[in-house]
Amino acid sequence: MDRPIVSIRDVEKSFGTFQALKGVSLDVQAGEVVCIIGASGSGKTTLLRCVNQLVAIDRGAIWLDGELVGFRRAEDKLYPLTEHEIARQRRKTGMVFQRFNLFPHMTALENIIEGPIQVLKRKRSEVIEEARALLDRVGLAAKADAYPASLSGGQQQRIAIARALAMRPMLMLFDEPTSALDPELVGEVLAVMKELARSGMTMLVVTHELGFAREVADRVIFMDHGAIVESGAAGIVLTRPQEPRTKAFLSAVLT
Amino acid sequence: MSPVATSDGEVSSALPDISRLRVVRRFPWERWLTASVIIALLALIARAFATGEIAWSYVGRFLIAPPILSGIANTIVMAVLAMAIGILLGVIVAIMRMSPNPVLRTTALGYAWLFRGLPVILQLLLWFNLALIFPTVTIPGLYSGRMVDVMTPFLSALLGLGINQGAYTSEVVRAGLISVDAGQYEAAKSIGMTGLVALKRIILPQAMRVVIPPLGNEFIGMIKLTSLASVVQYSEVLYSASSIYYANNRVIELLIVAGIWYLIVVTVLAPLQMLLERYFARGAARIR
Repeated sequence: MDRPIVSIRDVEKSFGTFQALKGVSLDVQAGEVVCIIGASGSGKTTLLRCVNQLVAIDRGAIWLDGELVGFRRAEDKLYPLTEHEIARQRRKTGMVFQRFNLFPHMTALENIIEGPIQVLKRKRSEVIEEARALLDRVGLAAKADAYPASLSGGQQQRIAIARALAMRPMLMLFDEPTSALDPELVGEVLAVMKELARSGMTMLVVTHELGFAREVADRVIFMDHGAIVESGAAGIVLTRPQEPRTKAFLSAVLT
Repeated sequence: MSPVATSDGEVSSALPDISRLRVVRRFPWERWLTASVIIALLALIARAFATGEIAWSYVGRFLIAPPILSGIANTIVMAVLAMAIGILLGVIVAIMRMSPNPVLRTTALGYAWLFRGLPVILQLLLWFNLALIFPTVTIPGLYSGRMVDVMTPFLSALLGLGINQGAYTSEVVRAGLISVDAGQYEAAKSIGMTGLVALKRIILPQAMRVVIPPLGNEFIGMIKLTSLASVVQYSEVLYSASSIYYANNRVIELLIVAGIWYLIVVTVLAPLQMLLERYFARGAARIR
């Protein structure tokens, strides 16, 4: 077994007096799909944001692809990375947001090619070709020239997934990707995510979709009050949880 | 007849059918009355001016007189250049205002405070008389000369108006930057953009949509503000008009000429602004 893609060790984070993460440790192996569940305020979204440095951690450490996140180590000292180095590290991860966050002044295709052209400085013609393939993969080949405002929530979220994939990330982070969607649109987004999981993508998914977690996740993690309470195979955590807090959460969600 | 949703599925037959009756419109007499009063008042004003002591032939003759034409050209050149400086400074200062560096933030704040606080006419006179503070200008190795030769009416008007405008524009641009959703910064970062690239590619283009209408306003204000440049002897259209009426005493006629030209320029700007707004509103759901 080679080294994990992400190693999170004893990560702590506070916002003012509120402690969002109280020492969280987690490994994600290549090709693994890990779903994080838990009530709102349990720290799952913060944990995800720490991995791609939208949130800076207070204590602990995160390694991404063997590289220390946010710091450069020299001897016994840690030096914070510059903005450019942080931006370079972020390219290894793709992120899908709860509220899509597509760029509204760009068409679907322009949203997807923006990163590869502006950040990776790749050739426009070849990037466009790849972007069309990605649009096809998320089932929206016909919407290349549509602006986000004219698309449904489900379509926007699928474009957002394609935009993240266009950067060829080694890890995809999903922050409640279906929570802002009308119920009838959830399925089309989950279908794209399932296809992505089957293709071998490493995924860290914060979700309330327990059905998706049961079907797709290799591992389910239950968080509560800034800590991981229970972790294990999806079938076990979701159907025969050991911890009382997990049981309480699941029975509250399932009724 | 379309189905009626009732609790028991039965359609009530007690209501009369009014679908074939004609609607008779009421004559809007109060609307006609107010319109007539307004039109009468406007006619009185028009008559007063038509029969007043205005030699309209002078207005017609001086409207396209060469000094007036070069004056309006100077007005437009000054307004465009000063506005360009204003926008450039405004964007830079707005970004400085949002910087995490407290020195940049405070400097930006101080700039807006100083130049919004001083009357424009005072600023123009300060620039024009800069030679009283600094008699000579020296750029080491490049240039050395007397300030009075450098600080021409054109340059003092340009600096005075442009730097003053930057202070106002910075607030307009800042409002635009704040209006862009925080999720846009996060999305830009998540695809590996640095702050400056995100600003240029993602944030500013969206801020422009909010910024253009007030900027159009500011530009109209700038066109009229250039008339103040006459105090530093810059020959914009009002300065040209007054030079002529000092000679021929046709004060009102030449003021009307200048007024007509200001209105023409401002009128031509409106469709230009609409084109800009349409460009930056691409992708936005129409609210009309």
